[in-house]
Amino acid sequence: MLRRATGLLARPILSCRARPFSTDLPAPQTTDSSFVEAWKKVIPNMEPPKTPLSFMQPRPPTPSSIPSKLTVSFVLPYASELSNKEVDMVIIPSTTGQMGVLPGHVSTIAELKPGLLSVHEGNEVTKYFVSSGFAFIHANSFADIIAVEAVPLDQIDASLVQKGLAEFTQKLSSASTDLEKAEAQIGVDVHSALNAALTG
Amino acid sequence: MASNAAVPFWRAAGMTYITYSNICANLVRNCLKEPYKTEALTREKVHFAVSKWVDSKPQKSSMIRIFLDLGFLRCAIRSDTEEE
Repeated sequence: MLRRATGLLARPILSCRARPFSTDLPAPQTTDSSFVEAWKKVIPNMEPPKTPLSFMQPRPPTPSSIPSKLTVSFVLPYASELSNKEVDMVIIPSTTGQMGVLPGHVSTIAELKPGLLSVHEGNEVTKYFVSSGFAFIHANSFADIIAVEAVPLDQIDASLVQKGLAEFTQKLSSASTDLEKAEAQIGVDVHSALNAALTG
Repeated sequence: MASNAAVPFWRAAGMTYITYSNICANLVRNCLKEPYKTEALTREKVHFAVSKWVDSKPQKSSMIRIFLDLGFLRCAIRSDTEEE
Protein backbone atom coordinates (compact mmCIF):
# COMPACT_ATOMS: atom_id res chain seq x y z
CA MET A 1 0.00 0.00 0.00
CA LEU A 2 2.75 2.43 0.86
CA ARG A 3 4.87 1.59 -2.19
CA ARG A 4 2.27 3.09 -4.47
CA ALA A 5 1.90 6.21 -2.35
CA THR A 6 4.80 8.04 -4.01
CA GLY A 7 3.33 7.35 -7.44
CA LEU A 8 -0.08 8.55 -6.30
CA LEU A 9 1.38 11.69 -4.80
CA ALA A 10 3.35 12.77 -7.85
CA ARG A 11 0.48 12.96 -10.31
CA PRO A 12 -2.06 15.14 -8.43
CA ILE A 13 0.52 17.86 -7.83
CA LEU A 14 1.03 18.30 -11.58
CA SER A 15 -2.63 18.21 -12.54
CA CYS A 16 -4.24 20.43 -9.89
CA ARG A 17 -3.50 24.10 -9.48
CA ALA A 18 -3.94 25.76 -6.14
CA ARG A 19 -7.29 27.53 -5.91
CA PRO A 20 -6.96 31.27 -5.46
CA PHE A 21 -8.13 32.82 -2.19
CA SER A 22 -11.48 34.55 -2.32
CA THR A 23 -9.77 37.92 -1.85
CA ASP A 24 -7.57 37.43 -4.93
CA LEU A 25 -10.40 36.90 -7.39
CA PRO A 26 -11.91 39.89 -9.22
CA ALA A 27 -15.13 41.09 -7.63
CA PRO A 28 -18.22 39.58 -9.31
CA GLN A 29 -20.48 41.95 -11.22
CA THR A 30 -23.38 43.12 -9.15
CA THR A 31 -25.78 43.57 -12.04
CA ASP A 32 -26.16 41.63 -15.25
CA SER A 33 -25.78 44.38 -17.88
CA SER A 34 -27.42 42.46 -20.73
CA PHE A 35 -30.50 41.81 -18.57
CA VAL A 36 -30.72 45.47 -17.58
CA GLU A 37 -30.51 46.61 -21.23
CA ALA A 38 -33.15 44.13 -22.35
CA TRP A 39 -35.42 45.25 -19.49
CA LYS A 40 -35.02 48.90 -20.35
CA LYS A 41 -35.96 48.24 -23.98
CA VAL A 42 -39.22 46.59 -22.98
CA ILE A 43 -40.16 48.53 -19.83
CA PRO A 44 -38.31 51.86 -19.93
CA ASN A 45 -40.34 53.43 -17.09
CA MET A 46 -39.69 50.92 -14.30
CA GLU A 47 -36.43 50.19 -12.55
CA PRO A 48 -35.08 46.70 -13.23
CA PRO A 49 -35.50 44.36 -10.24
CA LYS A 50 -32.54 44.04 -7.92
CA THR A 51 -30.93 40.66 -7.53
CA PRO A 52 -29.45 39.42 -4.23
CA LEU A 53 -25.97 39.97 -5.63
CA SER A 54 -26.58 43.70 -5.99
CA PHE A 55 -27.35 43.99 -2.27
CA MET A 56 -24.10 42.38 -1.27
CA GLN A 57 -21.16 44.66 -0.79
CA PRO A 58 -18.14 42.92 -2.24
CA ARG A 59 -14.99 43.12 -0.22
CA PRO A 60 -11.97 44.83 -1.75
CA PRO A 61 -9.24 42.64 -3.25
CA THR A 62 -5.90 42.40 -1.49
CA PRO A 63 -4.27 45.81 -1.82
CA SER A 64 -0.62 46.06 -2.83
CA SER A 65 0.33 48.19 0.19
CA ILE A 66 -0.72 47.42 3.77
CA PRO A 67 -3.87 49.38 4.71
CA SER A 68 -3.83 51.54 7.80
CA LYS A 69 -6.89 50.05 9.49
CA LEU A 70 -8.28 46.61 10.11
CA THR A 71 -11.97 46.12 9.26
CA VAL A 72 -13.55 43.88 11.85
CA SER A 73 -16.94 42.14 11.89
CA PHE A 74 -17.65 40.53 15.24
CA VAL A 75 -20.89 38.57 15.15
CA LEU A 76 -22.88 36.40 17.53
CA PRO A 77 -25.78 34.14 16.61
CA TYR A 78 -28.29 36.63 18.01
CA ALA A 79 -26.60 39.98 17.42
CA SER A 80 -23.89 41.70 15.45
CA GLU A 81 -21.51 43.36 17.91
CA LEU A 82 -19.28 45.04 15.34
CA SER A 83 -20.09 45.23 11.66
CA ASN A 84 -17.27 46.30 9.35
CA LYS A 85 -15.75 48.56 11.96
CA GLU A 86 -12.35 50.05 11.20
CA VAL A 87 -9.98 49.51 14.11
CA ASP A 88 -6.26 49.54 14.74
CA MET A 89 -5.85 46.12 16.31
CA VAL A 90 -7.76 43.22 17.81
CA ILE A 91 -6.32 40.71 20.24
CA ILE A 92 -8.09 37.38 19.93
CA PRO A 93 -7.92 34.47 22.37
CA SER A 94 -6.94 31.68 20.01
CA THR A 95 -6.16 28.14 21.13
CA THR A 96 -2.49 28.86 20.40
CA GLY A 97 -2.48 31.87 22.72
CA GLN A 98 -3.46 35.52 22.58
CA MET A 99 -2.99 36.64 18.99
CA GLY A 100 -2.67 40.30 18.04
CA VAL A 101 -4.08 41.07 14.62
CA LEU A 102 -2.85 44.21 12.88
CA PRO A 103 -3.71 45.43 9.38
CA GLY A 104 -1.76 43.41 6.87
CA HIS A 105 -1.92 40.22 8.94
CA VAL A 106 -1.42 37.02 6.99
CA SER A 107 -4.60 35.07 6.16
CA THR A 108 -5.42 32.92 9.16
CA ILE A 109 -8.23 30.82 10.47
CA ALA A 110 -7.98 30.62 14.24
CA GLU A 111 -10.09 28.55 16.62
CA LEU A 112 -10.86 30.55 19.75
CA LYS A 113 -10.72 29.28 23.32
CA PRO A 114 -12.69 30.85 26.17
CA GLY A 115 -10.90 34.13 26.84
CA LEU A 116 -10.64 37.85 26.40
CA LEU A 117 -11.10 39.60 23.08
CA SER A 118 -9.97 43.22 22.98
CA VAL A 119 -10.62 45.72 20.22
CA HIS A 120 -8.18 48.62 20.09
CA GLU A 121 -9.29 51.78 18.34
CA GLY A 122 -7.18 54.88 18.93
CA ASN A 123 -6.89 55.15 22.69
CA GLU A 124 -9.93 53.13 23.60
CA VAL A 125 -10.00 49.42 24.25
CA THR A 126 -13.24 47.43 24.32
CA LYS A 127 -13.00 44.04 25.97
CA TYR A 128 -15.35 41.09 25.62
CA PHE A 129 -15.21 37.65 27.15
CA VAL A 130 -15.72 35.14 24.35
CA SER A 131 -16.94 31.62 25.10
CA SER A 132 -15.55 29.97 21.97
CA GLY A 133 -15.69 30.51 18.24
CA PHE A 134 -13.55 31.17 15.22
CA ALA A 135 -11.68 34.10 13.73
CA PHE A 136 -11.11 34.40 10.00
CA ILE A 137 -8.49 36.91 8.96
CA HIS A 138 -8.36 37.64 5.26
CA ALA A 139 -5.47 38.96 3.23
CA ASN A 140 -7.21 42.28 2.55
CA SER A 141 -7.18 43.20 6.28
CA PHE A 142 -10.75 42.15 6.91
CA ALA A 143 -11.36 40.06 9.98
CA ASP A 144 -14.50 38.08 10.77
CA ILE A 145 -14.83 36.91 14.34
CA ILE A 146 -17.70 34.64 15.20
CA ALA A 147 -18.56 33.51 18.69
CA VAL A 148 -21.49 31.79 20.35
CA GLU A 149 -21.51 34.00 23.43
CA ALA A 150 -19.56 37.18 24.10
CA VAL A 151 -20.15 39.42 27.09
CA PRO A 152 -18.54 42.69 28.20
CA LEU A 153 -16.58 42.15 31.41
CA ASP A 154 -18.87 44.21 33.62
CA GLN A 155 -21.74 41.78 33.07
CA ILE A 156 -19.83 38.92 34.71
CA ASP A 157 -20.51 38.10 38.36
CA ALA A 158 -17.24 37.31 40.15
CA SER A 159 -18.82 35.33 42.98
CA LEU A 160 -20.57 32.99 40.54
CA VAL A 161 -17.27 32.47 38.76
CA GLN A 162 -15.54 31.47 41.99
CA LYS A 163 -18.36 29.13 42.92
CA GLY A 164 -18.28 27.55 39.49
CA LEU A 165 -14.53 27.11 39.62
CA ALA A 166 -14.70 25.38 43.00
CA GLU A 167 -17.57 23.16 41.86
CA PHE A 168 -15.86 22.02 38.67
CA THR A 169 -12.49 21.46 40.33
CA GLN A 170 -14.28 19.20 42.73
CA LYS A 171 -16.11 17.45 39.87
CA LEU A 172 -12.83 16.94 38.06
CA SER A 173 -11.31 15.08 40.98
CA SER A 174 -14.39 12.91 41.45
CA ALA A 175 -15.09 12.21 37.76
CA SER A 176 -15.05 8.60 36.63
CA THR A 177 -15.85 8.30 32.91
CA ASP A 178 -13.94 10.04 30.12
CA LEU A 179 -16.96 12.15 29.29
CA GLU A 180 -17.43 13.40 32.85
CA LYS A 181 -13.76 14.22 33.04
CA ALA A 182 -13.97 16.16 29.78
CA GLU A 183 -16.99 18.13 30.95
CA ALA A 184 -15.38 18.92 34.28
CA GLN A 185 -12.20 19.96 32.49
CA ILE A 186 -14.18 22.27 30.23
CA GLY A 187 -15.83 23.76 33.31
CA VAL A 188 -12.48 24.34 34.97
CA ASP A 189 -11.04 25.91 31.79
CA VAL A 190 -13.95 28.27 31.26
CA HIS A 191 -14.14 29.39 34.88
CA SER A 192 -10.40 29.93 35.20
CA ALA A 193 -10.45 31.95 31.99
CA LEU A 194 -13.33 34.02 33.38
CA ASN A 195 -11.39 34.51 36.59
CA ALA A 196 -8.26 35.57 34.76
CA ALA A 197 -10.27 37.96 32.61
CA LEU A 198 -11.86 39.60 35.64
CA THR A 199 -8.67 39.94 37.65
CA GLY A 200 -6.09 40.46 34.88
CA MET B 1 -2.26 4.77 10.24
CA ALA B 2 -2.28 6.43 13.63
CA SER B 3 -3.72 9.95 13.85
CA ASN B 4 -0.87 12.40 13.62
CA ALA B 5 -2.66 15.52 14.94
CA ALA B 6 -3.00 15.93 18.69
CA VAL B 7 -6.76 15.82 19.26
CA PRO B 8 -8.24 18.14 21.88
CA PHE B 9 -9.26 16.40 25.10
CA TRP B 10 -12.98 16.81 24.43
CA ARG B 11 -12.78 15.12 21.07
CA ALA B 12 -10.80 12.29 22.58
CA ALA B 13 -13.66 11.83 25.05
CA GLY B 14 -16.16 11.54 22.21
CA MET B 15 -17.59 15.07 22.24
CA THR B 16 -18.12 17.07 19.06
CA TYR B 17 -17.08 20.69 18.62
CA ILE B 18 -20.68 21.93 18.66
CA THR B 19 -21.36 20.23 21.99
CA TYR B 20 -18.14 21.67 23.41
CA SER B 21 -18.98 25.15 22.17
CA ASN B 22 -22.51 24.98 23.56
CA ILE B 23 -21.27 23.81 26.96
CA CYS B 24 -18.80 26.71 27.08
CA ALA B 25 -21.53 29.17 26.13
CA ASN B 26 -23.88 27.79 28.80
CA LEU B 27 -21.22 28.02 31.48
CA VAL B 28 -20.52 31.64 30.56
CA ARG B 29 -24.24 32.47 30.58
CA ASN B 30 -24.61 30.99 34.05
CA CYS B 31 -21.94 33.35 35.38
CA LEU B 32 -23.64 36.56 34.36
CA LYS B 33 -25.08 39.25 36.62
CA GLU B 34 -28.78 39.38 37.18
CA PRO B 35 -30.67 41.24 34.44
CA TYR B 36 -28.31 39.89 31.79
CA LYS B 37 -28.58 36.38 33.11
CA THR B 38 -32.35 36.10 32.63
CA GLU B 39 -32.10 37.40 29.06
CA ALA B 40 -29.30 35.00 28.37
CA LEU B 41 -31.24 32.02 29.67
CA THR B 42 -34.05 32.74 27.24
CA ARG B 43 -31.44 32.46 24.49
CA GLU B 44 -30.42 29.06 25.73
CA LYS B 45 -33.81 27.51 25.07
CA VAL B 46 -34.38 25.72 21.80
CA HIS B 47 -37.95 25.19 20.65
CA PHE B 48 -38.50 22.17 18.50
CA ALA B 49 -41.42 20.06 17.39
CA VAL B 50 -41.25 16.34 16.83
CA SER B 51 -43.63 14.19 14.86
CA LYS B 52 -43.44 10.60 13.66
CA TRP B 53 -44.14 9.94 10.02
CA VAL B 54 -45.80 6.84 8.53
CA ASP B 55 -46.58 6.46 4.79
CA SER B 56 -45.42 10.03 4.10
CA LYS B 57 -47.91 11.50 6.56
CA PRO B 58 -47.19 12.86 9.99
CA GLN B 59 -48.73 10.52 12.54
CA LYS B 60 -49.72 12.89 15.25
CA SER B 61 -49.88 16.63 15.58
CA SER B 62 -46.45 17.86 16.49
CA MET B 63 -45.94 18.86 20.08
CA ILE B 64 -43.87 21.90 20.87
CA ARG B 65 -41.04 21.02 23.18
CA ILE B 66 -38.53 23.26 24.86
CA PHE B 67 -35.07 21.89 25.16
CA LEU B 68 -32.60 23.17 27.75
CA ASP B 69 -29.16 21.98 26.94
CA LEU B 70 -27.16 21.98 30.16
CA GLY B 71 -24.24 20.11 28.70
CA PHE B 72 -25.15 16.48 28.72
CA LEU B 73 -27.90 16.94 31.29
CA ARG B 74 -30.57 17.55 28.76
CA CYS B 75 -34.02 18.39 30.05
CA ALA B 76 -36.85 18.41 27.56
CA ILE B 77 -39.83 20.28 28.90
CA ARG B 78 -43.04 19.55 27.09
CA SER B 79 -45.27 22.53 26.88
CA ASP B 80 -48.56 20.71 26.35
CA THR B 81 -49.85 17.34 27.49
CA GLU B 82 -48.81 14.27 25.59
CA GLU B 83 -50.96 11.51 24.27
CA GLU B 84 -48.50 8.65 24.01
